Amino acid sequence: MTDASATRHGPGRILIAVYGVFALSATARAAVQLATQFSDAPIAYLLSAVAAIIYCAATFALAKATIFSRRVATAAIIVELVGVVAIGAFSYAVPDDFPDATVWSHFGQGYGYVPLVLPILGLLWLRRTR
Amino acid sequence: MFEPLTWALVALSLAATVFALVLAGLDRRINWWLLGLLGVVEVALLAQLVVGIVQLVGTDRDVSGPSFIGYLIGSLLILPIGALWALAESSRWGAGALAIACIVIPVIELRLHTIWVA
Repeated sequence: MTDASATRHGPGRILIAVYGVFALSATARAAVQLATQFSDAPIAYLLSAVAAIIYCAATFALAKATIFSRRVATAAIIVELVGVVAIGAFSYAVPDDFPDATVWSHFGQGYGYVPLVLPILGLLWLRRTR
Repeated sequence: MFEPLTWALVALSLAATVFALVLAGLDRRINWWLLGLLGVVEVALLAQLVVGIVQLVGTDRDVSGPSFIGYLIGSLLILPIGALWALAESSRWGAGALAIACIVIPVIELRLHTIWVA
């Protein structure tokens, strides 16, 4: 018998707080980019929007902390990890396709590499509170 | 930008961050002193929103309006959400989570400053 709500207590409070900050900032950033300069870099800005959706999903799913929402959180965080690694690699390999930064460009360098560390901590925390 | 207000916000929110971290370190929950300090910061953020919009409308310089307004409005959301999130946790981790919310405010103020002087 496990208690799924453990996910949102203890250190999980801080993890979810950090996720919340990224959800808010990524959403605001994507909204501004899509509204004002979409034609400048459509790929980068669509990726910004995707990242924002994933951060929001992970934040709410971790905070809800039910058996079902933990599965949603796990899926969202795996996509997040794949995203930051893939976009990070692409942004170095073909910089021309990323004329403006997304949260995940250069492995989250613009955000102190937190975007790279966060999904790893998230998956470890989900495993720990299983 | 009215610089004294910006720097006061940076100083107050850094002080609140340290306060929250000390509470977490002492294994304490957040208390009314911290929430009172955050109330002061929130009022100052509201003043910053008004000052920022008035100055943005009044300036001839090329300031990135959407980002500027976005940061001003976003800054108002952080502390209330962070405080509610922290209050729902009856352990030191609530204070730790509130420290995360507090440290976002100086980052936002520095971003606002950068956008304004750019």
